[in-house]
Amino acid sequence: MSDQSLADAPDLTVPVPPGPVPSAPVRDQRPEVEVSVDGQSVSVPEGSTLLDACRQCEIDTPTLCYVETLTPVNVCRVCVVELEGSRTLVPACSRKAEPGMVIRTDTERVRLSRRMVLEFLASSTDVSQSPELCSYMESYGADPERYGERDAQAESKTQPAKVDNELYIRDYAKCVLCYKCVEACGEDAQNTFAIAVAGRGFDAHIATEFDVSLPESACVYCGNCIGVCPTGALVFKAEHDLRERGEWDASRQESTDTICPYCGVGCTLSVHTQDNQIVKVTSPLDQEVTSGNLCIKGRFGWQFTTGAPSAPDDVAGDKK
Amino acid sequence: MDLHFTADEPTASEVDAVDAVLGAADSRWHGGQRVDPSEAQTSESGHRTAGQRHLLLPVLHAIHGRIGWISRGALNYACKRLEVPPAEAYGVATFYDMFSLEQAPPVVARVCDDIACQAKGASDLCAGLETVMGPAGNGNASRCGWVRSPCLGQCERAPAVLVTAAGERPWTSVIAPATAQAVEAACSKDSPTDGPQVRESVPQAGQASLQLLHRVGAPSAQSLDEYRADGGLRAWELALELGPEWVIEQVEQSNLVGRGGAAFPTGRKWRAVAQAGGPKYVVCNADESEPGTFKDRVLMEGDPFGVVEAIMIAAFATGSERAYVYVRGEYPDATERMRSAIAELDSAGLLERACPIEIRRGAGAYICGEETALFNSIEGFRGEPRNKPPYPTESGLFGRPTLVNNVETLANVLRILLQGGTAYAAVGTERSSGPKLFCLSGHVAMPGVYEVPFGATVRELIELAGGVGGTGRLQAVLVGGAAGAFLGPDELDAPFTFEGMRAVGATVGSAVVMPFDDSVDLGAVLLRIAEFFRDESCGQCVPCRVGTVRQEELLERLRSGQTIGTLDHERQLLREVSQVMRDASICGLGHTAASAVDSALERFPIFQGATR
Repeated sequence: MSDQSLADAPDLTVPVPPGPVPSAPVRDQRPEVEVSVDGQSVSVPEGSTLLDACRQCEIDTPTLCYVETLTPVNVCRVCVVELEGSRTLVPACSRKAEPGMVIRTDTERVRLSRRMVLEFLASSTDVSQSPELCSYMESYGADPERYGERDAQAESKTQPAKVDNELYIRDYAKCVLCYKCVEACGEDAQNTFAIAVAGRGFDAHIATEFDVSLPESACVYCGNCIGVCPTGALVFKAEHDLRERGEWDASRQESTDTICPYCGVGCTLSVHTQDNQIVKVTSPLDQEVTSGNLCIKGRFGWQFTTGAPSAPDDVAGDKK
Repeated sequence: MDLHFTADEPTASEVDAVDAVLGAADSRWHGGQRVDPSEAQTSESGHRTAGQRHLLLPVLHAIHGRIGWISRGALNYACKRLEVPPAEAYGVATFYDMFSLEQAPPVVARVCDDIACQAKGASDLCAGLETVMGPAGNGNASRCGWVRSPCLGQCERAPAVLVTAAGERPWTSVIAPATAQAVEAACSKDSPTDGPQVRESVPQAGQASLQLLHRVGAPSAQSLDEYRADGGLRAWELALELGPEWVIEQVEQSNLVGRGGAAFPTGRKWRAVAQAGGPKYVVCNADESEPGTFKDRVLMEGDPFGVVEAIMIAAFATGSERAYVYVRGEYPDATERMRSAIAELDSAGLLERACPIEIRRGAGAYICGEETALFNSIEGFRGEPRNKPPYPTESGLFGRPTLVNNVETLANVLRILLQGGTAYAAVGTERSSGPKLFCLSGHVAMPGVYEVPFGATVRELIELAGGVGGTGRLQAVLVGGAAGAFLGPDELDAPFTFEGMRAVGATVGSAVVMPFDDSVDLGAVLLRIAEFFRDESCGQCVPCRVGTVRQEELLERLRSGQTIGTLDHERQLLREVSQVMRDASICGLGHTAASAVDSALERFPIFQGATR
């Protein structure tokens, strides 16, 4: 294009009106709350949790059911800390910091509770695909072997994976009942409510209504449950198949960030590949557009890269 | 809400059952007929339907009461009507023991095999039932089946059985004390069998000194006119005359603390809710499910007007706009008495100055007695306890400031207003004021609810009930409930007060006094308690969900002698399991699930070696 044609083009710019450029009102600085963590005084903005305070002090606090993008349910209790004046330990992930609170994170009581929680989980679930949990177990000296092998726990640990669609599988032998998938499927992200906690006590489990298969359920295959699952109970069918065949090899994998090609929202995709094949797609939780949530297309709709038939259509065909 | 349903359709009687609670469906969207051809595409959702979630439990009760179980089609229809996602409704329905999600016979006998009934022959009863009715379980009978149940709250008449029959006119029968023949006979009838009278549960009935139980067995429990003639509603009239501030002052001055187990100062709760902005609620916690506890049942059956009068006063004093009475599902008679008392007071126009009062029935979940779990249950969610803070006085039922009081706590309020707070505070000991109800069961000569001013010792209470029953030789006493503690025969002089119990490492709890004679296998009792907590844990938090299972397994191993490693090693593990439950669980269930077991192992030479 020559300079001449540019000069001839009509001026499309909108004239800026005179005067100051409007800007968003400045947010009030939240007042600070001062608490003591392991003898160290720390100031956090009002409304922060004890976990925020611990992290600000760079104290490594284990969490399993907590993730920044979901409402804390404080059910795993692995983050408990000692709060002066409280009869019981309190969950750091959800307890709000109040002025003058005195917290201890490395007492015998705290260590015992954390170790026992980890032992309890490892003795009743298959934690082999949860490197985070395993590393906590090591640092807290958890020994799940001391409970022996009981029928009930053997059953919960060895139940077969539910494989009822081509996109993802549910291996509840690995489920620690952190409630994250239920939150992601429900009010915290997708508002689909395909799954909920059913049963009670040790029999409590994640289920669709009457345990119907996913294609019969309300599931829309956004995969946001997979995105938050901490133990590998929910994984891509592609990953599951590779693992079954013994071909899954994290060391041969690469992750490449790109923007989802489907619509104008612009979600960031982290495309995980092994041997130049896409094995799964995630999205960073700190992604400002969607906080790590995707839809069926972004999450699973990458078969076009290999020329394979489009799985989402197959699944949708089963639904009304 | 745009919901997805499976293709399962409800039967006509299932639709009928749901419509009996909600009225007929007004559109196809809600599972009804299409009236206007365009409406199939029209959502009727929004606040009107979203505000109905709290009707989920009543609707599930209606289906179960009609059919005897909840089918896929019935659940779908309930969900369409209330716009609740089916997965969530399934999660709620499977939370409760008394609901079956698989085909079940219409008549089911719930046979208590908990500790009090075990001491009175529950094992023999179960063995007899196996002969007469076949093995336990729902699946193997077309008309009537029987299942084992945790404590039914009929401990003074042990062994106890509750028969529930589904149908157009559902009915229930309490058979206590029960024999296999009596249970079988009750199950094969088409109508309820007359149960025992509440007067028999109060051996002191008729005594002039009674403050809380004085109306049990009297005609005043039967009708509003009789109640008035007996001096009923005087406290209510005083409250109206002297105003909310006066009421709250009296409650504060009385030093009354909650009788449900937590012993929180009642006046502080009332003051906090009265000062909070509306809308706010009153909840009467009548979900007493602690094994060995039946005092609230006796109050509701024996003096229903008195309990409702106290609720009216609480609502008036706190300015609440609605009150709920959450009665455990195993108490059909108490529910009925309360329902008719409320209806009579309402039709006499007396609730106008208080507030509407609604009854909600539990469906077999001990945890729903925990106040925040109770809120979730009323709201139509799983009865899982919430994290505290915030406390109910700030954010309770429907997220609003809520006054929750136990039945017995409320019953005391009438005495407080009639006597004056200061006079009431003079009764009992300095730190435990007022009259108190105690539940005596197990090996005592005359089991029942007893009322004495705070201060009596455990020994005096047992003597009041005619002394140790059974062999007459006392081995141990469980005090406070399954979440309480065992005391040895040498600790009976401890006063059963808050301070007295604390001094011996026990709690008042729900004021259970359950002696066991020397023929009882204490190890088996401990195992049953552990089984109870394993069954009743809601499963939300890890320490309790897994801890209660590990505790039970450990006790089984210790009992059988088949330990992993040494005995000391196993005992140490048991201590650690107990500690993590106490320290890191969300709610009181987990915090106290090991209390009784710990206290027994401290005191008695149980599981000392591989002797069994």
